[in-house]
Amino acid sequence: MAYVPIADQDHELHDPHSFVTKYIWSQDHKVIAIQYGGTAILVGLVALVLSALMRLQLGFPDTFSLIDPSAYYQAVTMHGMIMVVYLLTALFLGGFGNYLIPLMCGTRDMVFPFLNMLSFWVYLLSVLILMSSFFVTGGPTGAGWTLYPPQTITPGTPGHDTGILLMLISLGVFIIAFTMGGLNYVTTILQARARGLTMMRLPLSVWGILVATVLGLFAFPALLVSAIMMTFDLTLGTSFFMPAIMAAGEQMDYNGGSPILFQHLFWFFGHPEVYIVALPAFGLVSDVLSTHARKNIFGYRMMVWAIISIGGLSFIVWAHHMYVSGMNPYFGFFFATTTLIIAVPTAMKVYNWVLTLWEGDIRLNTPMLFAIGFVFTFVHGGLTGLFLGNVVIDLPLSDTYFVVAHFHMVMGVSPVLVLFASLYHWFPKVTGRMMNETLGKLHFWCTFLGTYAIYLPMHYLGFLGVPRRYYAMGSTDFIPESAQALNANITIAAIFVGVVQILFFINVFWSLRNGKPAGNNPWGANSLEWQTPDTPPKHGNWGPELPVVHRWAYDYSVPGYPQDFIPQNVAGDFGVSEDHDHDVAKEEQSGA
Amino acid sequence: MSLYKNVTSKPWEYSSPTLGSGPESAFDTPSERIALTLFLVVVSVIFSLLTVTYYLRMDLGDWVPLTDPGLLWLNTALLIASSVLFQLARNASQTDRRQQTRTLFLAAGVLAISFVIGQIVVWQQLAATGLGVASNPASAFFYLLTGMHAAHILGGLWVWSKTLLRFFGDNELQDLRLSVSLCTTYWHFLLVLWVFIFAVLTNT
Repeated sequence: MAYVPIADQDHELHDPHSFVTKYIWSQDHKVIAIQYGGTAILVGLVALVLSALMRLQLGFPDTFSLIDPSAYYQAVTMHGMIMVVYLLTALFLGGFGNYLIPLMCGTRDMVFPFLNMLSFWVYLLSVLILMSSFFVTGGPTGAGWTLYPPQTITPGTPGHDTGILLMLISLGVFIIAFTMGGLNYVTTILQARARGLTMMRLPLSVWGILVATVLGLFAFPALLVSAIMMTFDLTLGTSFFMPAIMAAGEQMDYNGGSPILFQHLFWFFGHPEVYIVALPAFGLVSDVLSTHARKNIFGYRMMVWAIISIGGLSFIVWAHHMYVSGMNPYFGFFFATTTLIIAVPTAMKVYNWVLTLWEGDIRLNTPMLFAIGFVFTFVHGGLTGLFLGNVVIDLPLSDTYFVVAHFHMVMGVSPVLVLFASLYHWFPKVTGRMMNETLGKLHFWCTFLGTYAIYLPMHYLGFLGVPRRYYAMGSTDFIPESAQALNANITIAAIFVGVVQILFFINVFWSLRNGKPAGNNPWGANSLEWQTPDTPPKHGNWGPELPVVHRWAYDYSVPGYPQDFIPQNVAGDFGVSEDHDHDVAKEEQSGA
Repeated sequence: MSLYKNVTSKPWEYSSPTLGSGPESAFDTPSERIALTLFLVVVSVIFSLLTVTYYLRMDLGDWVPLTDPGLLWLNTALLIASSVLFQLARNASQTDRRQQTRTLFLAAGVLAISFVIGQIVVWQQLAATGLGVASNPASAFFYLLTGMHAAHILGGLWVWSKTLLRFFGDNELQDLRLSVSLCTTYWHFLLVLWVFIFAVLTNT
């Protein structure tokens, strides 16, 4: 083949020469990954502070009067949107995707490095636009993260003029950034893998990121379309989504639009978005579990096909977010069925994670603890999802704390635990130093138990009928006084978990200077990113020779091999068969 | 290795695949073309969603059918001509006729610019008859769909102008061949898209 991908061409073209080109206008995927990750974590901290403000209001409505009802709704909206889009999507795909794809695929960089750089700067622009809405008259929008019309536009909703406009523009800009990054990720994975690295030899991290990116490319257009049409309604006075409506005692200038149409468009994006966040998490956690259990991932091909089928199914379940909006019962039946079907590949993944741990030589270090913690929280959040997927159960629970607990468990806590597992796992590669284990374990236990202290009682509050989205509960006949005591406890736990995250940042900054030098492959891992000649990898990643791949990424504890891992770029047949007998491997090792 | 063989192989069984001379790639085609194809899929999703909302909104009662301005037919002809010239430029580039490629490429872009100008005139004609963006849902969709399409043409023209500048520089034709070919693909796509949108808009 005469054609040589850019990733393999002479790299003089964009070799960095000065501080500015090396660290600011950098086209190196590793620097861009850190820029993406840093920005996402910073903006995530803003969202964390917002949630603390909300919890103080909910837990102690009479003691803390930090925020009024408008500010409460603004906090809810911005917390949700930032966490889902600007933190999780950006950190998993922009951060980990950027860092790991070229390294795991054994290339020198993304195939379009300039586009990659542009993607980050456009993402930063979208974040700045979003943050600027805190400083405009009226503040950010308070319409809820789902931005349902008509209340996004009607007077009375906080930020109904400037705040919502900035939100819509920011989303549009974010989608442009994502599309530039996404085209790059998919093309790199499809076209520029190292010699011998077939698709089925890819680590599951890459599979998760690949399928999530494809989902993003198909799903974000729905958000873009709804954002553009709503901007038309807002600024040009069209009536795509806005019905004839009275607001503040006056007839507004709209007629005939359909808010339900917006909901369909929004959730056609919104549900795949759940998996845009979850699939990279599935992939990353598989690699962390396998590495620290010293075992091959159980059912590799099943895992790959589960990722793909979850991705496909995620496009035909969106209306389960709209049961309470009312729909033809046959539609409800259809969407309930597809929702329950999606549990099948998801459960397969959970079984495979557990079976990967089964009889493994488990190293209970910090990344492994976070990864195992994820299996717990994900099973927990996934099971309540099965409740809510049924129309008859969803209707009474939909507007209660049960839903808040469900989606925070499955889509908040679970991906965040994977983020931490991955940050602890790949930190040595990024910086060349190990993180402190004691601090890390303390961070894990406080976070893991703390989140349970937050969200378990919330399920119960939901069953009692405590409504979500309320600024203050007041007193009702059906909610006992004790519910408020529970609510106050949740707030204390939430503040505790929020504050504990400081441990992580202390650990990062302490380890950057004082961490134990990591070497190239501290965990004894197989995938290519651990086989670079330098740690942290230099510009171009691989020195003069690109790696050649001879095996899959999961040859751990292979019988007859002197060490318990065989890196992907090691050649030779070591008598590997389908049934790895782990004990034999260990005995032979101790004998050797 | 074919894609099917690739995804059905058992990676844990040790068998060295026949190693090629370069990186593994799923498709034997330049990365730029893969990225463009993916991008066209994304654009198709955008316009299919717009079409779905168009038909759903049409059923909501206050729809006032719109008579499409006749000028759209002329604009369509301009876009077809533009696409044809792009194809001719591509053919010329394959046979090493640099001068001819440049002329055809330039003319194709100019026709695309005149298409955009034509669309602006259509909007002015429509506005002159009192049909603004907010007048009724049909006119709102008319501006939205034609506007989104024009935006994609403008995006294409930006890439076109960059390639054109390279034509006036010292670049060898073989370095420009891929750009010309990708522009041609993009323009064919936008032509098909336009015919689709035109049909949808006529069907009110």
